[in-house]
Amino acid sequence: MFISGTSIIRKQTVIHKGALAFENKSVSLDDFLTGAYNYLSPEYPKFYKMDRLAQLGFLATEFLLSDFPIKQYSPESVSLVLSNAHASMDTDVRYHESSKTSSSPALFVYTLPNIVSGEICIRHRIKGENTFFISPAFDAELLAAYVDQVMVQPSVQACIAGWIDVMDSHHDVFLYLVEKEQRGLALPHTAEELTKLYR
Amino acid sequence: MEQLMADLKKQIIEALNLKHLKPENIGDDQPLFGDGLGLDSIDALELIVLLQQSYKVKIDNPQDGPTIFRSVKSIAEYIRANQTA
Repeated sequence: MFISGTSIIRKQTVIHKGALAFENKSVSLDDFLTGAYNYLSPEYPKFYKMDRLAQLGFLATEFLLSDFPIKQYSPESVSLVLSNAHASMDTDVRYHESSKTSSSPALFVYTLPNIVSGEICIRHRIKGENTFFISPAFDAELLAAYVDQVMVQPSVQACIAGWIDVMDSHHDVFLYLVEKEQRGLALPHTAEELTKLYR
Repeated sequence: MEQLMADLKKQIIEALNLKHLKPENIGDDQPLFGDGLGLDSIDALELIVLLQQSYKVKIDNPQDGPTIFRSVKSIAEYIRANQTA
C-alpha cells in the first residue's frame, strides 16, 4: 500500500502537495471556507448547505483528488476511513442553540460525524466501505492498521483516509490517499510516514 | 402579493443557504423542487418552519405540501389564504 498524496487544512491555510494552496487568516472560519470553495469553483451549490465539518472534508478531498482522479476505479473499489476528536460537536452545539427558538432540520441532519463521509461519497461517487473513528488525537497507528486491513481486500483499490476535526474556530484536517498502485508521493503506508506527514 | 413574493425569495435564500442565488434568480412560477431550483426534502422541512415562524401559517395536511411548495407564487397564495389578520 502506498500513500499517493495528502491535503492539510490548518490555521485557515490549505497545504496541498506539501505547498501552500490557499490561505486567508484575516476572516472568520466560515468565510475562509467559502473563500476556499470560490477559489476551487467546483460548482457544487450543496456546499453552502453543509456544516463546517462537511465543508472541511469536501474541500480537503477536492484538493487531494485534483491530482489523483479516482474515476479510474469502480465506485465500489474506493473506501473511506476518517477520524476526529470532536465528532459532530461543533454542529451539535449550534443545533442545541437553534432549538431554543426553532429547531433547524438542515442543521439537525449534520448532527452525526459520519455525515461528512456521506457528502464525500456523494460528490465522488464512492460506494466502498466507510468508517469513522472518534479518538482523542490523531492516531497514526490506528489509521495505518485499519486502512491496511481495508486495502487488503482484493476488491479495494484505493482509500481516502485521515483526520477531520473542527470545534468553533479550531480546525485540523489531514487527508491522504492510499492506493495499491504506486504513484504520486509513493510513500509506504506506515504509521511512521503518517506521523511525519501529519506534522 | 408582489411584496410578499419578494420577501419570500429573500427568506428562502437565507433559510435554505442558497448563497449562490439572488432573489431575481428565482422566478415567481419557477418550480422549487425537482428540475427547478433543486430543493430536497430537508429544504421542505425548512420551508414549513419558515412559514410557521415568519407567517404563523401551518400546513394541516402534509399531502398538500407539493401543491403549496410548488413555487414562490403558490406559497404566497397559501399564506394569503391562511394567514389570520
